[in-house]
Formats: sequence, structure tokens, C-alpha cells
Amino acid sequence: MKDQWKWGTDNDYWVRTCAWSAPGCHPVGCGLKLHVVDNKLVNVDGDEEHPVTNGRLCVRCLTLPEYLNHPQRITTPLKRAGERGENKWEPITWDDALDLIAEKAREIQGKYGMDSIVVIQGTGRQAALYAPPLAFGVFRTSTTLMGISGYSCYGPRCAVAEFVFGTGYPELDFASYFPDSYDHPGYEVPKYIISWGKMPLTSNGDGFFGHSLIDLMKRGSKIITIDPRITWLGAHADTAIRLRPGTDAALALAFLNVIIDEDLYDHDFVDKWCYGFDQFAERCREYPPSRAAEICEIPEHLIYRVARQFATNKPSSLMWGLTFDQTTTGGQASHAALAMLAICGYVDVPGGVTVGQPSTFLGKWRVDTRSNLAPGQFENRLGAKNFPAADRSQWVCNPDITLECLETDEPIKLRMAVLQSTNIISPTNNVQPQRWYAGLKKMEFTVCRDLFLTPTAVALADVFLPVATFPELDGVVLPHYGRNPFFVAAINKAIDNPGVRSDIEFCIQLGKRLNPDAWDYKDAVDFFDRQLHASYDFGFDELRHMGVYQGEYTYKKYEKGLSRGDGKPGFNTPSGRIELYSLLYPMWGEDPLPYYHEPYYSKYSHPELAEEYPLILTTGGRKYTSFHSEHRMIASLREIDPWAKVTIHPADAEKYGIQNGDWVTIENWLGKCQMKAWVSEVIKEGVVHCEHGWWYPEQEGAEPNLFGVWKSNVNLLLPHFCVNPLGFGSIYKEMMCKIYKAQGLDG
Amino acid sequence: MTKPALLINYEYCTGCHSCEIACRNEHGIGLGKWGIKMLEVPPFQIDEEHWNWDNAPILTSLCDMCADRIAAGGDAACAHVCLAQCIEYGDFLELARKASEMTGKVYVISNQ
Repeated sequence: MKDQWKWGTDNDYWVRTCAWSAPGCHPVGCGLKLHVVDNKLVNVDGDEEHPVTNGRLCVRCLTLPEYLNHPQRITTPLKRAGERGENKWEPITWDDALDLIAEKAREIQGKYGMDSIVVIQGTGRQAALYAPPLAFGVFRTSTTLMGISGYSCYGPRCAVAEFVFGTGYPELDFASYFPDSYDHPGYEVPKYIISWGKMPLTSNGDGFFGHSLIDLMKRGSKIITIDPRITWLGAHADTAIRLRPGTDAALALAFLNVIIDEDLYDHDFVDKWCYGFDQFAERCREYPPSRAAEICEIPEHLIYRVARQFATNKPSSLMWGLTFDQTTTGGQASHAALAMLAICGYVDVPGGVTVGQPSTFLGKWRVDTRSNLAPGQFENRLGAKNFPAADRSQWVCNPDITLECLETDEPIKLRMAVLQSTNIISPTNNVQPQRWYAGLKKMEFTVCRDLFLTPTAVALADVFLPVATFPELDGVVLPHYGRNPFFVAAINKAIDNPGVRSDIEFCIQLGKRLNPDAWDYKDAVDFFDRQLHASYDFGFDELRHMGVYQGEYTYKKYEKGLSRGDGKPGFNTPSGRIELYSLLYPMWGEDPLPYYHEPYYSKYSHPELAEEYPLILTTGGRKYTSFHSEHRMIASLREIDPWAKVTIHPADAEKYGIQNGDWVTIENWLGKCQMKAWVSEVIKEGVVHCEHGWWYPEQEGAEPNLFGVWKSNVNLLLPHFCVNPLGFGSIYKEMMCKIYKAQGLDG
Repeated sequence: MTKPALLINYEYCTGCHSCEIACRNEHGIGLGKWGIKMLEVPPFQIDEEHWNWDNAPILTSLCDMCADRIAAGGDAACAHVCLAQCIEYGDFLELARKASEMTGKVYVISNQ
């Protein structure tokens, strides 16, 4: 990349930057060139020099000018003027807002204890990195979480990777560590890539640049998708397996059954680097393809074919998606999917999966912020004692227990909430949004940080603080939040907007008021400069000039003593090997081997409900035009996706008298919502897929409408606390429902 | 040069709409109008194992083949950002020759 990151005149210039929220997205770090005239963003273009994205941009970055300059965007702190929910506000200065928050925090924590403040974060945005330090380092509360049942976004997969592999996140090797990309000497294009319960093209999950899959397809990779739906990728796949939602663990165990039974696995790797193979093989024998075919409702021959293709074409790889976090035995499916990679010898090899180093840039600082807590505070955070596996692997409070705490005031009455980039009452990450709404209504004081007045802000906030977009901030982007960082890249401020603050600026400025010893940073640049110097031989200004810094990647670290803290060969697990048989799980009351059981709610586990609610409800498929609950006010994007959409198979549509484009009510015993029908063969018969994240910024914002947040709110239909002994698992992908024709959005 | 054109390797067009928005940005085109517009053949099943799902960008009268960008040594706005890198700007006949040697779904398109 060029050394130059800014060019032009004082009033008309371009800035090179790498994208990471706001607006929300995963830390992918796509390369952009921002055109600024008179301190206003007028255009964007892709940065062709970026080593991964090469100029490519999705519509969310391409509509940045519309987003930044949107008339509904809030760019000054607001204080509630009327009652909560009236959507009446008065502007206040940043100093007054921060003083007010500090005063309230001191008062409430002085009376009720440090943990009476809860910090709740959203997903994807920079809050994912900086919300825990905000809680621990600024408010010195241990009560912090993302409000998602079963921690079921990314955290459980990371936990299983930590328990089974002893590594960071295993990601498809797409040559992203190398400046010369796919041409890097020694890199190999995967022969087969299984995309499982994931939509990489639209989701760009956790930092994987989705369309890298197209690069690999052009270079010969064949795709296998496993999903109840045919996605675009599935339609272009070598094989697309449309399984019954929630049965992934059974399918994974059947693949392993074939691979082991037909002796297709990598004996050398298994002998040297895997633990518990014999017991593991015994378990897999319980899942012959005939059994899995019946459970998953798929053709049996596909199981044989995919297992053979995957095991005998070296290297192949596997991408495991959100489904693994959001199903009842998704954690077991994760264990089994990782075992597929392991016994075929695809771990930490070219064209298999890369695995992150145990500790990375910013990781130590984030852990160190816990030292601001009093002794015992972190260890006793909500739910830590109930789920020791989650306690060990997640930094946060148990989300299901926190919801119940909000309702019952046990074991602690929470008094103040800080909502960091979370629109928690919209159907985003949380289930039971009306219960979170009621629980958070009880707060004495609530701060909401976002870019627009969301339904959550209107319903709950006393103070609203505007968050900076990434063209308005200096920062860094780290793919996989540091758990498999292909690079570290600079986010360069292009626009000076004194009305907004980035997450780290908010931490520093509020930190100076509440806990100054931990926040002696002058500003964001000073913070990142010092953090970078602690890990690398360069600082923030050098990173600006480099644009993207790609370190070196060493394959087969387990052979070289680079995967464990003690420098010995092997993996960072209790046995020192990949644990096909987990030595940790029995400590936590979990089976040491993967298994399948029925979803919490299915026609087999609850036959008494199946007559009334015969359809399987699955949620959360991704679109190009939005990130969770964001972007609904961006006219160019709403033009493409105007309404919430439910996908229904033609046979089901006929059965229930529904035509393509009809409004439909989706309902079960917990709640109902309305969406527009897309009648298509892409969905497995008997399954309906509902989009998430919908609210309607064009509608009345005040209570009770709250921008129509309850109308297409599919999370009203989802129960909480459907977790396994580790505290993980949930039902976002596998609930029960019925459908019928509606008159419109209002039912 | 015979005339400027785009080669669309629509085997790989994933339907991301980036070409549409990049074109609007470049040419100041408002809502409800397009310089390039992606058309979709909705997905349908061919047989037990095979599916068809095509997206095909088409040029309107508002496309000027990015004359200014090309003159400045750049490439077409749509091709530049295309997530699947399935749009290539060039000379119609040269692109047609190239397309004739490619396998899969491909077309060359111009509005000039």
C-alpha cells in the first residue's frame, strides 16, 4: 500500500481508511477512500491497494454519505425532556452529559454498590471491544454483558475452540495473512469448503471477508453448504444439504462415522496430536448415516458423499456459523465440526483453517482492566458460579440470569443501565425483548449510546450520547477481535465532528471523571499509539502510513512449540492435544464427547405442541442491506429491502392460503409478528425463515408505537434459557410456530 | 477501440447491489433511477441436486461508461467495487473474444 493516507487540499481531500463501525459491521477492515469537501463526506470509493478487499465494497459502505449526513442522525448529546417514551429531548453539552453520568454513577454506586450499574453492549460494533473495559475500567462494575440468550453469538464457538483446540478462532485459510494473498508461496487453495449454518457472503462474520469465497471458487474450490435454505452460495455449490434446523450435531457425527469407518482420516495427525480417539470413534459409531438421515430429514447418500469429498481431498476446510451457537446441541456440533477438521489433518495447515495465537494486541489491556474491580467482584459477577465453563471462557455476566435479575431484583437490584450500541428491544440479539424492555424500564437512570434515536433509546434512555461513525474517528480494526487477527489496520479520522465520540474516547473522557488512574490517555491517538508500541515496533502514526499491517503467519505451530504458553509442542489444552474427548467437560457436568439430542422445541420433543404449531421457525439470515437492526432509515437500502420478509415453501404457502407478497402473521404461544411472504422453494418444506432486526424509523417514535418495534419482532416468539450444562445453546434457529394470512403490518 | 463495454461474468454475480450504489454515487443519480441495475432470475430447482439463481446487471441510459474515470486512468465505478469481481471494463470486441474463451455464464454489454 502507498505510504500516503491523506491527499488533496485543506477543504477538498481524500482519506484512506479501513472500515469498522459505526455503522455496524464486523471488524473486517475493508479498505476505503473517503472524499471530504468542507468537512463533509461527499463520496466513497474502494481502496484497490487493500490486500484483502482490493477495492471491493458492499452497499453499507457505499451509502456512508447518506448515513453520515442523514437528517435523523443525532450529533449532540440529548437529555430527556418529557417522560420516558415521549421522545422529547433537549440538547446538552458533552461536558454536562459526562458530568451528569459521573454524578449519577457515584450516587447510585455509593448507595447500592458498584455492581448495581449494568453495561449492555450490542454486537459487531466497536462496543464489542470496548464495552467490557468501560464496565471494568470506568464504572468498576462487573455487571456487563451482551443481552443474548446462551451467550449465543461467537462466544460459544470461541469457547469450544479454546476447550477442544486450545486456540483462538479457527478460520478458513483465505491467505489473508499474506501481502501476496493467494499467490503466497506455500499457500494452497482448499479443494472443498463446507459453509455450515453460515452466510459468509452477506455476514462477513467476525472479520472474514465473505467474497473471498468467490475468489476461492474462481481458483477451483468447490462449495458444500449445510443450511435449511438454499442461499445464493448453496445454488452455486457442489452439494447443498438442506437439513432440519437444529440437527447439525447429528449430521456432523455421521460425517465422522463415515470418515472413521472408511478409514479416511489422517492417522499420523491423530496419533501425534489428538486425544481420546478411541472413545470418540466409539461415540461416532452411534451415528450411522442412516440414523442421521432420518434425524436431519436428508438423503442418506449425501452424507457419504460429503464425508468422502471432505476427507479425501487435501486440503479442505470448513466454516462454522452462528447456527452452532444458536441451536440446542450447537456446542456439540461445534465440537464435532472441529473434530472433522482435526482428524482429517486440516488444522493450522495451508488451505485448512488458521488458528489465532493465544494472546494478541489489545487482549492484555482488556484483561488488565479487570484489575480495577475489587477482589472477588469479577468472580462473583452474575451467573459466574452457575456456569463455570462460561465463567472461564466469557468475560461477561450470564445473559439469561441477568434478564431474570432485572425482573426479580435477585441477587442484586440493578439501578442504572449503560446501553452501548445495543438496540436491545428490537429483534436483534436478545430473545424475549418485551421482558428486557420491562426490566430496563425499572432503572433509575439509563444512558444510551447510538447514532439514531432507536426504539430502545426512546423507550429507555434518560441521556442519549451520539456515537462517532468510523470516518469520524481514529482507531484500529482487528479481525476476529484479536482471536485470529489476519492484520491490524488503521481507521483514520476524515471528518471532525465535535458532537460525537468514539467508544474509546467515551471511555477516556468518562474514565477521567470516575477512575482517572486507569485513564491517563490524552486522546484516542495517544491510547492506540501506546497500545501498539506495547505489541509492535511501531505506533499509530506509522500504522496510518502502512494502512494495513500483516504480521507473519506460521503454519503447524503445534509442531514448533508456538501454540502453548510453555513453549512445548502440542496444543494449549489439559492433555496438550486436540481433545476429541474433552478432559474439561466432565468437570462442568457435560458429556466429554459430542452428542445430538432433539431441539428444546420440536415435533419430537414437544409432540403436544406440534399440531397447533406445525412449522419450524428459524431466524437471523443475513442481508447485504443491513447490519442487524441498523440501516432501516437509509432510503437507498430500504429501496432494495423495504419490509421484513418471511420465507415460506410453496407447499406450505398453498396449505395456509398464502401468496407471494402477502402479509403473514407468524405466531406461537409466546408471541406473534407480521412479515411479508417470500414464497420460494429455497426453504425446506415445513420450515419458515424470519428476518431479524426490523423496526420502522419512518413511523411514530413515541410510545406505544416506538417506531413499530413490536410489529415485525420475531424475537417475541423465542424463549430464553434453553441452554446446555455449559450455559451455551439457544433456539434462535429452531423454534415452533404457525402462520396465517394477515391484513398488513399491524396484523 | 470499437466501443466501451462491460464483460459480466454472471456465473459469480452474488446479487450484492454494490454496482448500483457505486454508479449512483459516481453520477449523482437519485432514488428510483439507475445507471446500472441488477436484474434477478429468482431461484428455482432444476432437479434433485441442481439449482438456478442468476443475477444480471444491465446498463441503462444513464450509464456513460464512466468516461471521466476511465479518462483519468481509473476503472468503471461498478467494476471497481464489485464484491464478486465479476465486472470488467474494456473494448467490446476484445471483451467478446475473452468471453468466448470463458466457460460458464457470461455476457458483454454496452449502451453506446
